[in-house]
This record gives sequence, structure tokens and C-alpha cells, in this order.
Amino acid sequence: MRDAGPDRHAGLDRRALVAGILDRRGDAAVVAGLGSPAWDCHAAGDSPLNFYFWGAMGGAAMLGLGVALAQPARRVLVVTGDAEMLMGVGSLATIAAQAPSNLALLVLDNEAFGETGRQAGLTGRDTDIAAIARGAGIDAAFTVGAEVGEGSAGFAATDFDALAGMLFAGEGPVLCVAKIALSAESDSYPPRDGVLLQARFRAALAGD
Amino acid sequence: MFDVSTVDDPDIPQHRDAEDSDGADWGEQVFRSLPDLGIRHVATVPDAGLGRFLELCDADPAIRLITLTTEEEGIALACGTWLGGELAAVAMQSSGVGNVVNMLGLPNVCRIPCLLLVSMRGEAEERNPWQVPVGRAVPDLLAALGVDVFRPESASGVAPAFVEAAGQARRTGRPAAVLVSQRIIGAKSFAGGD
Repeated sequence: MRDAGPDRHAGLDRRALVAGILDRRGDAAVVAGLGSPAWDCHAAGDSPLNFYFWGAMGGAAMLGLGVALAQPARRVLVVTGDAEMLMGVGSLATIAAQAPSNLALLVLDNEAFGETGRQAGLTGRDTDIAAIARGAGIDAAFTVGAEVGEGSAGFAATDFDALAGMLFAGEGPVLCVAKIALSAESDSYPPRDGVLLQARFRAALAGD
Repeated sequence: MFDVSTVDDPDIPQHRDAEDSDGADWGEQVFRSLPDLGIRHVATVPDAGLGRFLELCDADPAIRLITLTTEEEGIALACGTWLGGELAAVAMQSSGVGNVVNMLGLPNVCRIPCLLLVSMRGEAEERNPWQVPVGRAVPDLLAALGVDVFRPESASGVAPAFVEAAGQARRTGRPAAVLVSQRIIGAKSFAGGD
């Protein structure tokens, strides 16, 4: 989001939120969906244990499920955006059925297609991703950063210890929707080379 | 989990001539190849043509059968299991190949092996014209997307092709697909209809 205008709505600071969570990741693997969630994860500190999407929209949650199933002792966190999650929304049913205890998803929801010109997204209208996740069978699905009643996490989104505890130590699958501001952030791009990204991620997973 | 009653439906011709010496059909032969290929994860949107294979996977506690809402999920899942150290198989009807197009960019650009087992529709004796457009396009679609395609000519050739495709995927770091023709599976008929 290099030429973004003024913030459209209030919400959480995405960079501070992602950094606050990833500071507490331990040896968790992180799968970042395309666009700003990938830049956020990179800005929080690059790691061979980060796998970044630059395309294949809709695939982040399922790639995370694959890692979680192949490596049941490894915690896996998928960090993605609201539109990426909705493109792969069926994945929530697939994940619920597999019930991976080591998988968590963090959906950064700015209610817009931030990378393509800030077109309005569907979560700014009536769509509630945490409610969809619960309906799909992911009981531990909640929202932070908004007044959402039933789906509220019960703690402040800036309580990073509580949030990271839920995402990295809670019984999975866990899904957290974070209502973030539609904001302009500095560039922070991971490598674009898919072979490099997969090889270092795979080696890091197998290496310890 | 899977209702395979349709597999034994007399309206669906089964090609028993391809049974091996102990009576295994091609689906069972493919299933039996999984351990040596290191495959523990099989993802699918089910198809009647895959019924025997899926039934055996579902019954085996060593295999995790992952039911998908759409086939593209399976491509991303197989990429994830590979990153976690394991080859996975994705089993789908030919119509599902139309659903995986954009997601195949992921294993292509990242050089990740994954294995597709495709039961064909829209070929000889197809009774449902809605199956024809994508069924006809499958080989060209896969070739255009950089997927190596294996097309066994007989039922007894399916499992060897599957093993070869897995090896090819591993060696090249790319997706590979085995297309099981409608002639091998038998054309689906529709009771009481055309």
C-alpha cells in the first residue's frame, strides 16, 4: 500500500499487532498469505521458518494445514488477510474436519482489498469470518479489535501475551480475526524466489 | 465414510480383466503403492471412479484421507505436506482439474512435487454433456501449467504410472498427474435418465 490515502476506519495497528505476536512465536512455523500480511510478517523479522505467498490466493490456510499434518509436533500459524481467507473459505470446513491441534490462523481484517486499490471488501458489510469458522466447526474462533459480542476474545488485542498464548499454545485449530486499520505501511518485501522460500523453509522444519 | 455402492452398481461397467493374480483392481493396486512412495496423506473431492481407492484409504489407519471442499485446496495442502517433509496425493475427478488452475502456480514457482490422480469424465461414452468441456481440456490444461501427464492405456498400467509419476514429481520438483481414462473406469450411466 504505497500510495494510500488517509485511514478509512479505526482499528488495530497491523504492524504492531503482528510484531507483538511473532515476538512470542518460539520455533513456530509461519505461513503468510499474499500481500500485506506477508509484508507484515517480514517486517516483524525474516526467518527461514516463514513461508510467504506472492500469489496462489486462497491457499495459505491449506498450505498451513499440510505443514501441520506432516509435522504434528510443530506449531503452525497462518497469517493472512480477510479476502484471501474468504477466497479459500471452504478450507475452514476442511480444517475443522481434520482438527489439527497444532494449527492456528490469524486473519488480518481491514475490510478492504488493500493491495489492489483499497476496494471495499465483504467483511465491511455483513460477513463475519469468525462466525463462519465457528459454523464450519472451528469452535475456538474469535475476533479482536471490534465490538463483536458473542465472538469476542474476552481480552484486549494489545494483550499480546494472551493473544500469542491463544495462537501458539491453545488447543487447535484456533482462528483469530483481528480488525485492523486500513493503513499505509512501509515496504518490507521478502524474497520473491519461490524455490528459495520453499527450500529454506523445508530445511528449517526438518533441521530441528 | 465413502459410499462406494455406486462402484458395484451394475450400471457402471467395471473392468475386472485388469485384476492382478490376487484379485486386486487398479484402485487397490494404487492404494498398495502408497507406503513405498512415502505417501500418508491423500486429499480428495470424491468421485465414483475413485471409489475403491478412496474406500481403502479411508479404512487404513496409516493413511489420512482429507476430504476437501474444492480440489484447489488439495494442491495447497500437498505443497504444505511437502514443506513438512512428505509427498501427498490429490485424487479428483477431471472436472476438478478446472478448479486447480491458479493454485498450480504454487508448486510450479516453488518447485514442489505433488501428485494428482484424476478419474476422467467427458471421454468416450460420456452421457452427461456438462462433463465434456473440462474433461476434453484436461490434458492441455495440465500441460500448459507445467504438469507432467501420465495416461495409462489399461487398468493394469495405472499403478505403475502412479509410481512413475511420483518419481518424476520428486525428481523434477514439479506436479505430475495420472489420468485414469473413462475406458478404464467405465462410463457412468444415469438410472432412469439419459
